[in-house]
Amino acid sequence: MPSVSIAVMNASDLQTKLIEAARKEPLQDQVPYAFEKRIMARLAGMSPLNDWALWGRPLWRAAISCVVITLLCGLWSMAAAPKGENSDSFAQAFERAVFASSDQHLEDNW
Amino acid sequence: MEPTDAELIAAVIQGDAASFEPLIRKYQPRVFATARRYARRESEVEDIVQEVFIKAFQKLASFRGEAPFEHWLMRLAVRTCYDFLRAHQRNRETTFTELSQPESDWLDQFVVNPSAAEEHAEAARQLIRRILDRLSPPARLVITLLEIEERTVKEIAESTGWSVPLVKVRAFRARAEMRKILARITKEKYM
Repeated sequence: MPSVSIAVMNASDLQTKLIEAARKEPLQDQVPYAFEKRIMARLAGMSPLNDWALWGRPLWRAAISCVVITLLCGLWSMAAAPKGENSDSFAQAFERAVFASSDQHLEDNW
Repeated sequence: MEPTDAELIAAVIQGDAASFEPLIRKYQPRVFATARRYARRESEVEDIVQEVFIKAFQKLASFRGEAPFEHWLMRLAVRTCYDFLRAHQRNRETTFTELSQPESDWLDQFVVNPSAAEEHAEAARQLIRRILDRLSPPARLVITLLEIEERTVKEIAESTGWSVPLVKVRAFRARAEMRKILARITKEKYM
C-alpha cells in the first residue's frame, strides 16, 4: 500500500495526468440518424426573429414588471394612508414639513 | 455548387426556413461533441443540441457575419451547455461514491509510479469524468475549455461572455476546487 505522504504529495501531478487523459479522449461527434429532420420539425411554423422582436420580449417583460411594482406601491400607499379627519391633518403635516425651511426663511426676512 | 453559409443564412432570414437544414447537417457533429462534454445521458445531449439550433434559428437575424457562422454557433452552444449545467447543478454528484476496481488500480499504479499510469487508460477517463461531474458549473466549464480543449483565456471570455479577469479568477478557483476533490479521493483511499 503506498504511503499517505506520497498520495497527498502527488495530487497536483494526478490532476495533470487526469487532464491529459481527458484531452486524449477521442471526440464523440456521432449524430443520431436524421436528427436534423427532428429539429426542422420543431422549427416548423417558427420564423427568425428580427431585431425589434429580439429586444421586444425582454422590454415587454420589464414593462410588465414595472407596471406591477407601480400598482403594488399605489395599493400600499393607499392602504397605509390615514383615513377620515386624520388624512387632512396628515396632508397638512406633510405640507408643513416640506415647506418648513422656506417658511422659516420667509419669517427671518420679515 | 453548394451554397455558402452566408447565402443560406440570408435565405433563412428572408423566410426560407428549409435553408436552415444544410446548416444543421454541417455543424451538428461539432455541437454534439461539445454537448457530450457537459452531459452524460444521450437524451440530455440531444435536448442541448436541439436547443442550440432552435436558439440559433430564432436569433439568426442578430448574426452580423463579422465572424464565421461556426464561431457564433459554438458560442451559443457553450452558453447553452452552461445554462444546462446551472439548471442541473442540484443533480450533480455531491459525494464521491466508491472508486471502481479499475479506477482504484489505476490510482495505485499512479501513486507507485506516475509515469507508468497511462493517460489513455479507460479507468483514468472514467475518473476524470466523475471528477468533472462533481465540479460547480463555472469550474467545470472553465476546466473543460481551458485545460481540456486548450483554449486561450481570451477565447473563453468571448465564448462565455465573461470578462478576461473573471475567466482568470474562475480558472484559479476551478483548479483549486479540482485539487480539493482529488485530495479528498486520495485521503479517503489511503487513510
